[in-house]
Formats: sequence, C-alpha cells, structure tokens
Amino acid sequence: MLEIITFSTLNGVLYGMLLFMMASGLTLIFSMMGVLNFAHASFYMVGAYFGFEISRRVGFWPGFVVAPLLVGALGALVERYGLRRVHRFGHVAELLFTFGLAFVIEELVNMIWGKLPVDYRVPPSLDFVAFRLFDTTYPAYRMFMLATAVAIFAFLLIVLKRTRVGLIIQAALTHPNMVAMLGHDVPTVFMMVFGVGAALAGLAGVIAGPALVTQPAMAGLLGPILFVVIVVGGLGSLAGAFVASLLIGLIQTFAVAINVSLADMVGGDAASRFGELGHVTVAQIAPVLPYLLLVLVLILRPTGLFGNRET
Amino acid sequence: MRKFLAGISILAGLLGGAARAEDTVKIGYIDPLSGGGASVGEIGLKHFQWLADQINAEGGLLGKKVEILPLDNKVNPQESLVQAQKAIDAGAHYITQGNGSSVGAALEDFVTKFNDRNPGKEVLYFNYAAVDDALTNEKCSYWHFRWDASSAIKMTAITNYLKTKPDVKKVYLINQDYSFGQGVRVLARDMLKAKRPDVEIVGDELHPLLKITDFSPYIAKIKASGADTVITGNWGQDIALLLKAAADAGLQANWYTYYAGGAGGPTAIKQAGLVHKVFDIVEGNPNSAPESAQKTETEFRQKFGVTLWYPRAVNEMRMFAKAVKEANSLDPKAVAAKLEGMTIEVFDGGQGTMRKDDHQFFQDMYIRSFGPLDPGAKFDEENTGWGWKQQGKIAAADTNVPTTCKMERP
Repeated sequence: MLEIITFSTLNGVLYGMLLFMMASGLTLIFSMMGVLNFAHASFYMVGAYFGFEISRRVGFWPGFVVAPLLVGALGALVERYGLRRVHRFGHVAELLFTFGLAFVIEELVNMIWGKLPVDYRVPPSLDFVAFRLFDTTYPAYRMFMLATAVAIFAFLLIVLKRTRVGLIIQAALTHPNMVAMLGHDVPTVFMMVFGVGAALAGLAGVIAGPALVTQPAMAGLLGPILFVVIVVGGLGSLAGAFVASLLIGLIQTFAVAINVSLADMVGGDAASRFGELGHVTVAQIAPVLPYLLLVLVLILRPTGLFGNRET
Repeated sequence: MRKFLAGISILAGLLGGAARAEDTVKIGYIDPLSGGGASVGEIGLKHFQWLADQINAEGGLLGKKVEILPLDNKVNPQESLVQAQKAIDAGAHYITQGNGSSVGAALEDFVTKFNDRNPGKEVLYFNYAAVDDALTNEKCSYWHFRWDASSAIKMTAITNYLKTKPDVKKVYLINQDYSFGQGVRVLARDMLKAKRPDVEIVGDELHPLLKITDFSPYIAKIKASGADTVITGNWGQDIALLLKAAADAGLQANWYTYYAGGAGGPTAIKQAGLVHKVFDIVEGNPNSAPESAQKTETEFRQKFGVTLWYPRAVNEMRMFAKAVKEANSLDPKAVAAKLEGMTIEVFDGGQGTMRKDDHQFFQDMYIRSFGPLDPGAKFDEENTGWGWKQQGKIAAADTNVPTTCKMERP
C-alpha cells in the first residue's frame, strides 16, 4: 500500500509538473489575448520532434537548449504573421486559426517524420536508476524532468512577480489599452508572451519526448487536458495553473490505483440500479475524472480556483 | 450538333470505362488511410497492392488483372459501410478489411444483408485481422472468411505455451476497455483456469482505449501485485507506452502479448532493454521462416522499407487465386464454395485450412520473443538491431477451438 502511495505521488507530481509547463504558457496567452490556443499542444509535439532531430545529430543537451528556442521563435512568428493579422477579424477567427494550425502542424509532422513513433532516447548521462524504493526503481531521467519543471516554475514566478517585464505583462493582462497608452508596445509584449509560452511547451516536449513515446498523436492526447487545467485553475492565474496541474496529475494517478466500484461501496443490489455503471471501478474512469472536475468547476465556481474573471 | 457530339463522346467514354472496369477483378480495401490508424492501414494497403501485382505478373486471374481499390474508413463502422457500397458500385465483388473488430462486425452484417437482397450479385468479405471471436461464432456468415487467428486461437496458443513454463505463478491481465479487450480478459481467465489452475491471477485491469499517455500508475499497480507475468491484448500505442513505463520502473516481468510487434512496439522494447522478455503470437516469423518466405520478406522490405506484417494477407490472396482457378469462375458464390474447407501450403510453411463450419483459417502458430539478433538471423525490426526469435510452435491441430456457428448456406 505504502509503495503504491509513494509512487503514485511521485508519478502524479511529475505528470502535474509536465502539465504545468504547458498550462502556464497557455493560461497567459489565453488571458492576454482571449484566445484559446488549440495549437499549444502542437508546440509541445514540435518541441519533442526538434529535440529528437537535434539529439540524434549532436546530442541531447544541445537539443535541450536549442529546441525550445526554435519552438519559441516559431511561436513568435506564428503570432506576428498569423494571429496578429487574423486578430482584426475577432476571436472566432483567431480560434479557427489556431484550430487549423494544430491540424497543419500534425500533418507536417506526419509528412516529415512519418506516422510511426521515432526512436527518441534518454541521454546516457541520465540513463540510470535514481533510487530504489520497495524494490521499484525510479529512473534518474524522471527526477531530471521534475527538477526542470520546478526550475521553470521558479523562473516564471520571479519574472512575473519581481521584474519590470513581469509588471508590464501583468498590466497588459487586465488593461491592455492603458498599457499601450503609457507607451508600451503591447503587440510586441503579446508576441513575446506567445513565443515564451510556445518555448515552454517546446521544452516540455523535449523532456517528455524520451519518457513518453514521440509520435504524431502526442499533441492530440494532451491538448484537451490542458484546457481543463487552465479553466480549473482560473484564467491568467499562474498559481491557479500550478495548483490545478498538480491536482489533476494526482487525481489521475491515484484514481488508477483505486479498484473500488460503486458496487463495493454500497453493495451489489443498490449499485445494480445504475446498471453497468455500478460495477465500473474508479481505476477505469480515471481518465474521465479531470473532465468531471471541469464540469463541476464551471458549475460551482466559473472563475476557477484562483481566477477572478468569468471563463 | 457540337453538344450532341460531346454527349456521344462522353457516353462513349463512360461505356469504355465500364468495359474496362469489367476487365479487372476489383478488391475493395477498406481500412484507415488517414487519422490515428493510418500507420497500420497504409502498410496493409502496400501488402495487398504488392500481392495483386504478383498475381498480375503471372497473368492475373482468368486473364483479368487484379485491382485494389483503396477506401479510407477511418476505423469507423459507419464510414466503412459507405465505402463498402462505393466499392460495390465501382464493380467490386470482393472486399477486404482488417483493423477493428467493430468495423468487421458491421461489414459482415452489411455483406450478409446485401447478398440476401441481391441474389446473383454476391459480395465476399475477406477479413485479414479483425479477431473478435463473435465474427465466427454467433455472428458468423457464409460470406465472411477470416485468415487471421481469432482471439481464442491466440489465447489458446499462449496458454498452451504457458503450460511449459512452470515459473509462471502470478499473472496480471491488462487490456483495453472495449469489446476486444474485454474478450481477451475473459479468454485468459477461462483458459488459465483450465490449463494452469495453479496460476494466480493477481490483477485484472481494463483501461481506456488509446487515451493513456503515461502508464506508470498502472505499472506501479502491477509491481505492487507481485506479478511475474503480464498478459495483454493491447495494440498500437497502448502496448508501446505500457512497455516503456514498465522499463522505467524496472519491472522485470514476462510479457505475453498479441501485438507487441506492431508499430512502435519493437522500438519501445529495445529502449526498455527487455531482452527476450516480451513474447507475441503470430502466424509467421521472418527469422525462422522457410527460405522462400525469407526471400519474399527481403524483397518486400527492400521495396517498402517496412516489415511484411501480414503473412496471412499472402495466404488470403493465394487462396483467392486458387479458388478462382478451381472454380474456373470469378463468381463470388462459386469462389466461396471452393474456399470452404480449402487447404493450402501457407506462407511460413506447413498446411493451413479454412474450416468449413465457421470460415476460420487454421495454421501453425508461433510464439516468439524479441531481443538482440542471433548470429545468422537476418531480420531486425524498426532499425533497432533487435529481432524476433521463435520460442515455440503451436501446431494447427492444437489451436482447434470449438465454434458455436450455425452456418446458413445459400
């Protein structure tokens, strides 16, 4: 039992931190531009593929640094020459633009790297066992992922709360017109935020690529859950995104470990009234729980846990 | 006048087209060619086009060329029926499909009804990979023929092999939560109980189909259960990601799978370093195949850069050609009558028979494991440098599972 709790906690926190690396950029972009960026998870995928491509040529570490920068540049370009033009036609056009972009990116990835998963490896320098607990090993690479995610969180917190850039971003979140009046170049701020958001997603891709399988479907698998995170956390709230990411990471991993069904709790007769549902274990519905949470949050607290704006 | 001439020429074109259409034997290939299943569907299509080319190179069937019509069904039963109708409208009397037993059930039903309503225009459904047992049991149809071993045959082979492995004591079942996965789980439970009553089933998991990105929580559970063996029918990314998570946690269990050889599986096993701990059950293994099959395998790999995944597709087309020849007709009804009970030399050596009772094909099956290539072994997978090694052979007679089919013959 202790073994499952320990490893579920570790896995849950790790998954949560990975979600946070993407959700942080997405929530900032969303609150700033009012656009749900459907292509955000695609940047994560592009990051993984860039990381793979660089790592097989010059090694993992150059990829670790360069790939996110490339993805960030790509994101900035998308904002500058795509979103900004579409912006004048309103939010629906922007939404459709990012929606289409996600498909375009997926098809491009299909064409360039093929539909099969690529052989993206954990670097040899991190390919060892970090520790062994209850006879289960925990790979060093996962510890590295965790450390990277924590470092990114600290970095974002400091930039947003302690620097002048962060001050402007925060102001632009709520009062973009006033910030522009004060002489700041708001479109550039938007571009920077979009670029950094994409870079963070790219970094998440670079480090998640070797741990999970790098394949064209990876964006589609992670995309929906990101929206859950930012809505549950509250729009524009970094702290909210952080808490929601961890919450969802932990809920999902712990739910898997629970083999209890309704029938076990209230007895078979009472549960049989719910038909099939009465015998479904919590483990089976684990992947649905975040969406259940999404619905509950929208009903009970539409601003999200930490947000102060209506979704 | 000009319009009239144009009309004539169009009409002539259409007639010409129709005349040409009758000159080929059309086979509708209905499988995913876009979306998540495309990686498998594309490779399947290459198999059939290549097999058709071979038949054509030898003069075709009764002097007519074989033509494969690629039709994209997106693994969707609804879409498949539209495509089946399209194939029939284009003049096809034969359709073939493999991915997804849900699609297979829909097509079998469609073909049966179509043939009831259109006597004289019958259509045959050749199934090369949809393995749900229902297709040859309660749903069985005279117009459906299956070359892939059904789920029950595969599980029989796996459990027969486990009889020779006394070190297997605690088994964990993990499967996808839909009809096929649930079927695998029931089969495994029943057969283990009968053949290895000493084995304890320490876990029986169903997880959502193709939705999990990180299997670590499931692996933690398997680990905690103390299982030494895992049995799974998982396919696609669900097997690749599962194996990867197992490697990360240092789970040193043995894996008995249906589809570890599919796209991404070999790469994941290599990364995980599970040397000869992952087994799968197939109808042919390139590294131990007879020379003729190895030669074909080499040609296929050189031409397409992928493994010849479907020896059963080769068997399917061979038997189709033989049935046409014996019937001396392309009439589906005559072909079906010849296919029933037909025995041929299969691609990987030995005899295979299409059982008359339920139109299920039986042949020798092979248990193999994945690891670094032995000296002399020729074929690796996905450029990993690792390949499959035969560990056991289950004779066709030992996989003879009973059927509940009550075949209605025309």
